[in-house]
Parts: sequence; structure tokens; C-alpha cells
Amino acid sequence: MFDVLIVGCGVVGAAAAYQLSRYKLSVCVCERYNDVANGCTKANTAILHAGFDCPPGSMEARLNLRGIKLAEEICEKLDVERIPMPTFIIAYDDPHELSYIEELYQRGVANGVRGLRIVDHDEALRLEPGLNPDIKAALYAPGSGIINPWEYCIAMAETAVQNGVEVKLESEVTAIERKADHFVVTTSSGVYEARYVVNAGGGWSAQVYELIGGCGLTQTNFAGQYYILDKSQGEKLHSIVFPCPDEHGFKGICVTPTVHGNLLVGPDCYEVQDGDHVGTDPTTLENLKAEGHRSVPDIDFREVIHEYAGVRPNTQIPDFVIGEAPECPHFINLAGIKSPGLSSAPAIAEELEEILEGCGLVLEKKEHFIDSRRRIRFRALTNEERRELIAKNPLYGRVICRCETVTEGEIVEAIHRPIRPRTIDAIKRRCNAGMGRCQGGFCGPRVHEILARELGVDEKDILMDEQGTFLLTSEIKEVAADENRV
Amino acid sequence: MTELICIVCPRGCHLHVDEENRFAVTGNSCERGSEYGRTELQNPTRVLTSIVRIEGATGRCCPVKTDKAVPKKDIFRVMEVLRGLTIQAPVKTGDVLYADVCGTGAAWVATKDMEKGT
Amino acid sequence: MRTEYDVIVVGGGPAGLAAACSAREAGAKEVLVIERDKEAGGILNQCIHIGFGLHYFKEELTGPEYAGRFVKRARALGVHFLLDTMVLAVEGHTVTACSAGCGLLVLTGKAVVLAMGCRERTRGAVAIPGDRPAGIFTAGTAQRYINIEGRMVGRRVVILGSGDIGLIMARRMTLEGAKVLACVELMPYCNGLNRNIVQCLNDYGIPLYLSHTITNVKGLHRVEQVTVAEVGPDRKPIPGTEMEFDCDTLLLSVGLIPENELTRNAAIPLDPATKGALVYENMETQAAGVFSCGNVVHVHDLVDFVTAESERAGAAAAGYAAPKVCQEGQRTLSVERGAHVTYTVPQAIRTQNISKNAELSFRVNQVFRDSEIRVTDGETLVCRFTREHMAPGEMEHITVPKVLLDKVKGDSLRVSVAAKEVQA
Repeated sequence: MFDVLIVGCGVVGAAAAYQLSRYKLSVCVCERYNDVANGCTKANTAILHAGFDCPPGSMEARLNLRGIKLAEEICEKLDVERIPMPTFIIAYDDPHELSYIEELYQRGVANGVRGLRIVDHDEALRLEPGLNPDIKAALYAPGSGIINPWEYCIAMAETAVQNGVEVKLESEVTAIERKADHFVVTTSSGVYEARYVVNAGGGWSAQVYELIGGCGLTQTNFAGQYYILDKSQGEKLHSIVFPCPDEHGFKGICVTPTVHGNLLVGPDCYEVQDGDHVGTDPTTLENLKAEGHRSVPDIDFREVIHEYAGVRPNTQIPDFVIGEAPECPHFINLAGIKSPGLSSAPAIAEELEEILEGCGLVLEKKEHFIDSRRRIRFRALTNEERRELIAKNPLYGRVICRCETVTEGEIVEAIHRPIRPRTIDAIKRRCNAGMGRCQGGFCGPRVHEILARELGVDEKDILMDEQGTFLLTSEIKEVAADENRV
Repeated sequence: MTELICIVCPRGCHLHVDEENRFAVTGNSCERGSEYGRTELQNPTRVLTSIVRIEGATGRCCPVKTDKAVPKKDIFRVMEVLRGLTIQAPVKTGDVLYADVCGTGAAWVATKDMEKGT
Repeated sequence: MRTEYDVIVVGGGPAGLAAACSAREAGAKEVLVIERDKEAGGILNQCIHIGFGLHYFKEELTGPEYAGRFVKRARALGVHFLLDTMVLAVEGHTVTACSAGCGLLVLTGKAVVLAMGCRERTRGAVAIPGDRPAGIFTAGTAQRYINIEGRMVGRRVVILGSGDIGLIMARRMTLEGAKVLACVELMPYCNGLNRNIVQCLNDYGIPLYLSHTITNVKGLHRVEQVTVAEVGPDRKPIPGTEMEFDCDTLLLSVGLIPENELTRNAAIPLDPATKGALVYENMETQAAGVFSCGNVVHVHDLVDFVTAESERAGAAAAGYAAPKVCQEGQRTLSVERGAHVTYTVPQAIRTQNISKNAELSFRVNQVFRDSEIRVTDGETLVCRFTREHMAPGEMEHITVPKVLLDKVKGDSLRVSVAAKEVQA
């Protein structure tokens, strides 16, 4: 019997697990995929929002502000890539736009966002020379930042595991039965019992809620597509840039550097049925180019290295849906965590703690809570540090991913961490191998080989990403040359 | 008259082969091209390349080729003999790994030196 | 371990090997090749097909055989090798590298040759829309899995792009039991060599769809289907022409990009047309004593020409490394792209360095029959060459004799192509 079972190990589930792992509790996280951070957490804009955007008085506004404050501390302690970076909402010479940034400013002030200013054309361009010189003014918000969203989630989940939390991968929750004083949770990997269940189901949270007969939540997911550009373009901008919303109130296409030094352009916004599988289409991508160019004219779209689409796990309710389910005591929803969910995650976890305590869970602090994590980034080391490192472990001398300068030592170290990556993409999310301009064309087969070796499995069983994404079909000469021929 | 693109070198000459006139070839830039034009219409042949599994070497596979062109109609039969064939390191470029494949007179030979290793 | 060399060559593929051999032969004593793979030879090791060496060795070799000959020659010449070693930075003539065996190395060369080769364009770079399942490989990655690792990557295959590696892989996968359904090319002409259309596609009945592209990829986990549509003259898909192919694999052969991150970080100027370093007649870059050759300068179709170009670079690097008298009064002719010429290599010629002929390589932007290449000095014709056939997929080479270069009055040469005028 677990004290708490968390459904879903995206950034919200991981933050919840990390938060609860400091107490004397038995906690389990059930994740449907074969890795954590594999749903909405892996495909978003990777921004820590300043918090001026949320409606004053909303849960979003409060948790966003608290969340980015906590993120500073967590990223420092758990060694997560985060770079403070200002946001500009740019306005052209258009009365609607100029009044919009004024309104945003007022909203931000009401939310308690510090340092907000409306800057004129000259000051905006001085602060961020990459902006379109045709702008008239901008809202300047210095309190935002960019983050590595996978690492954020992985770091919190790993630390939770270090502190005794069990993370069960490939464990899709298919039924939740309410007994007198506990829940029986059926998953694809086994049946577990828990006194409290936390729904951090991301794009599927309404469906998870329905498993205990919850109604009144409708998942209305919105997808968005993105371009990732080469580091040659990432160098051109040092801020997060948004245009003013269009007539439908859609936030507009963002242009932002990433913590890895690339440039990200996106997302657009359209409703989808699926909770996390979405593709890209040429019309949308063309539009991203046009919009991205408008905000930051110097972007060279010939330097695109990747496109992807992500899902915002939205419900019909405009705010986050956080709280004990009215029809089911001890079942806590952390649902509808759309933007600014990434920014709010650790604050949502604090909120969860309070709710659990409020419904009777006794929280007693552990004496020895491990609250640190370090990982080696060969690329960021000085030559002297590199020399020492290789002397200690020669695997750090073998560069596997040439675009991102990732060594075999880093990959092997990642494989043996508390949550074992088993796929090519899981390695990519932990070490950055394959994220660069050749997109794993060079290092993919090498990472594949290292994974098979370290995990002690056949190379054929190594997947690209989630279940079913097999890469190899057979050994050469296993299939007769004409067996498959029509 | 049949038009062919010559494949003996990257130049890709456009050949004309006259079946009525003892397969005379025009449009070629070299003697190998006229040879190609003649055989291509009568008994087309190809040099095949592949790999075989190797044990005791650093790599898993040793690249191989047929030491002469084999009839096009026999391509899949010639390939088939490599299935299930495993060789032992070391091998030298040119070592015969499978002689007289399917009665073609051609042999599969190694195209790389592969030392013993782990 | 030695840390000072006459010539350091970055990259042990065909370019680096040829440069190292010719540097030794031209008198450089200590020549080092740094290669990131566990063996020298570069991409040739996975190019197990025949078709290499007809120009250079006058016989048809496989990739491993071609590479093997150069490795032997380099060893016999006493070239030093650092294998399984990655170069992290080139600054001036200082090369920083690391390996599991040797740790972090800081080496200096009197001359440095950059021969890093090229990489493949990816799905991201060509923005193929649709789902993002497993089963989409660049042709070169598939080639590595199959030929080096001995593992198949799919059973029913569609290939996008008609580059040579794609065509070679169509045949290779067919011979290993896969069914290749189609090869799809956006342009109205094939980007690979004609011989490869014949022996890789036609021999196995694989259809080539010119002026077509992929408009959608379907598959939740592994590729399940791709949609192919015809494109109009604007290269945009024509609605109503869609064909669907049920397949589990999509191979991409959509171009190669010179791998110049080290060059860029060394602040050596690049040519946007080639995406390689700007080079002089002897393959010297704008940084004195730093040379560049092979696919890192401009992508070649034939390894034989990589070798020839790299031998020039290697010999020049040896010359640079040797004690010498200062050359006065260098005269530099820039080489400019005229009509239908997409780039030239070299981009500049220092005429004093030419002993007999200047070698120029370039590409054209469309298919030409019976046309003329003109080299002009302002309005004056310097020389002209006729060609029966030219195509963007085939690199052109011309040789301009020194006597003609010496007559040039201006400070530039222009290379252009025109359809030959029919004489009445």
C-alpha cells in the first residue's frame, strides 16, 4: 500500500513526487510511457514566464509567480539548465496593440510581477537589437527565463527516486477503484494500492479523472508547431519575443533562444483530439516562418534543424484545475495544466502538499533528504577540467555526438542514473546527444550500440522513443533476399 | 537499335546498340563502353557487393564483392549463398570467401583487411 | 607524445588521407592525421559498392578498397595517426583534440589541413510534414546500420531524394530483402549519376518519380504510410496528384552539407555558395597556412576528385611548412560566378603559385546539352570549353593554362555557361 500514487510523470508529476519525497511517505508514480518527461513536457516553448499574462486573481497567476521563484532554487540545487532572460511583447504603431501592452502591464502589476516596464522603440532596440525596427513600443519583463524542460522533470523525478519514491514506467493506469479507505489502481504493469491518488495526467487528465467517475472536465487540447534552428541563429537573440495577440486572442508566435543555444519559433494554436501525438503540416510551418520573421527579421530559416508539435493540456475551465475531487475524497486533480504549467510546476506541487495535508495525510519530514544532483557537461568544461576528467575516466575522452560535443562518459553515466533511460530519445533528453544540426545522423547508431551494451540487451530491442518505435527490423542475411519481394 | 546509358564509369555515356548489325555500339567514349553495350543486350552482368558476418574482428561485418561480373539473372541466387556464412578474422582484401558461386565462375572476395581484434 | 608537427590533418577520410600522403611526398617530415572513428577511411568504409577509383587508379574499386590503398600508402610513408580522437577546436595553427586513450591534446602544426567532410541534410532541414515515428533515416545512417553493423532498418522502403547515396541504398536494401517502392525527387532531374539510375533503380524495377515530393508521413510509432505528390514548376505539390505508399521506412537522400563548425569557430571565412571555406588555387583558406580540401570545401560526386584536390592541398601545406623565402608582389585573381554557375572552387587564384595550370571546379544550375563554358576577363574571352552534357548533379572541372592566366588584365575571372550557338 502506497501513501500516495501519482498518475503521470511529466513535469507536474515529477514536481509532486519531488515535493512529497521529503516526507516519510511511500510514494509511487505511474507513467504510461517508457520514460518520464515524454508527453507535453517534451514539446513546449521551454519558457519560465514572468507572470504578467495570467488573469489577476487566478490560480495560474499565483502559481506562475511562485513557480518561477522556486525554479531558481531547484535548478541550482538539481543542476538543471536555466537562463534568466527578459521577455518583450512587441507592439507596432497600432492603437490596439499599444493599448494591449498597456493592459498587460497593468495585469502584470496586479499579479505582483516586478520590473515590468513599457519601453519605447529606441530603448527596446537598444535592449534587444534583434527586434523588428518597425515596432513602436514593447512591454519589457525582466523576470522571465528559459529552461531545459526535460531535464527539469528528469532531475526532480530522479531526486524523488533517490529519496525513496518508486517511478514505474510503462504503467498506464487503466482503472481506479475506490475502496473504503484506499484506491486500487490497475495499470499495464500491475495493480497497486494507495491511500491517495494524484492525477497529473497532462493531456489525458480528464480521462484519468473519469476513471473514478469524475465528470465535468472536458479535455480540449490545443496543439502548436515549432521550428528549431541552428545555433548560428540562436546567437542572434538574447530575449523571449512575443507579438501582440491576433483578433482571436491567440498569444502569437514566440521567438526565443533555448538553453542549448538554438532558436525556437512557435507555437501556433489549434484544437486536437489526441493528448500528445501531433504532427506538423506545411501550411502551419510556412506561417511560423512569416510570423517569426516579422518579430525578428534577421532569422535565416535555411538554418532550420528540426520541427515538432506539442500539446497544451487544456480543459474547458479557463484556469488550472487543482484540488480534491468533489465526488471522490482523497483523489486530487492536478488537471488542465496548460501554459504556464512548466513555470508553475513546483508551486503546483506545494499546493498539492497543502491539499493532501488538508485531507488528512500526515507529513513528517525525513531526516536525510537528498536535495542535490550534479551532472557533467563536457562541452561546458575548461580544457583543464576536461583533462582531469578524462584522466579519471577515459570514456569522457570519446566524443559520441559531434554536433553537441557529448562524450561516451556522459551517456554511460546517464544510463546508470536512478531512472534508467532505455531509448535513443531518452538519451537525447538527458545528454543532448542527437539534438544538434545532424539530428543524430552521426551519433544515433553509436548511442544505440552504447545503450545495448550498457543495458545488456540486443540492439534490435533498443527503441527510438516510446513503445513501438523500433529502429531495426532484422539482422542482415536473416531474411532471404527474395522473401519479402512481391 | 537500343539506347542505353553506360554504367561502366560515372560519365554515363548514351550508347546506341545495333542488334541488327552484330551489336555494334556507338556513342561510347571508351572500349569498355562498347563492351558493356554488347554484353548488356546479350548477357547482362553485374559486379555484386555485400557484407558477411565476421567473428574475431573489431567489426561485425566484412565487406565483400564478386571478383567478376555475374549474370544479372543470377543476382539473387549469388546473394543467397552469403546467408548463414560467417567468416573468421583475420582476412585480407582479395581473400576468396566463397569460390565459384552458383557455377558462375565468380568468387565472393573480401574487400577489406580485417585484423583480429575484440 | 609529439605535440609539434609540420602538417596536422583534421579528418582521416579520403581527403585527409590524400592530403597527408602528398604532404609527406612533398617533403613534410612529421605529418599527423586526426580521425574521430576507430579506423581511417571515413565514409568510404561504409560505401561497400563499386564505383571508386576509375580516374585515380584506373580500376573500379569498392569504398573500403579505395580507402585501404590510401591507409597502406600513408602508413608506408610514416604518417602519424591519432584514431578515435575528436578535434574540439582549431585556433590559428593550434589543434585541440581529445580521445579516450590520449586524453586532452593540444597540438600545433606549421600548417593545418581541414578535411572534415560533410554531413547529410535531415528531415528537419527539409521540413517533411506529418507524424514523427521511427523509421525515418538519412540514407547514410541506414548505410552505416546495414553495412557496418549488419542490421536491417526496414522492409518496405520509400526514398526521398535522388542523391547517389539514396540510389545506392535502394539497390542495397533490395539485395538484402527489402522492397523499395519508390524513389522520389523534387527536381525535374535526377541528382545522382546516370549509371546509378540504371544499375540501382532500373535493374530492380524501382520507379523514379521526378518532380514529386512527400507531402505527409503517417505512423504513430513506426512509419506506416507516406504520401507522394507531383510538384508544379514552383515546386509546390499539385492537389489531386497524391499517391500513397504503405511502407515502414523512409530514407532521405536530400543533400550533403560541408561540416564546417571547426572552420567557422576558427573565424575562417566561408563561401555561402559552397558552405565551405573560401580557398585559393592551392586550397589555402583565408587563414595563412590553414588549408581545406574535399567535401568540407564543396560536396563532390566522385572520390577521385576529392583525392586530386586534396593532394594539391597536402603538397601546398608541406610547402607552407617548409622554410621559404618571402614572396613579394602576389597577384590575386578572384574567380566569379557567371551565368548558370552556382559556385566555383577555388574562389581566388594567386597566379605566382601556378606552375602550369589552374584547376577550377564548379556546378551548373540546370541541365545543359551541347553547351559552352566560358572563362572571361571583363569583355575578353580567356578560354572556352565545350560539353555535350552538364547537370547540377555532376561537378564540372576545367583547366586554365598559366599562359592564359598571365594575359588577364583585370583582377577577376568570370566562369559562365551558355548553350552553344548553332553555326549557320
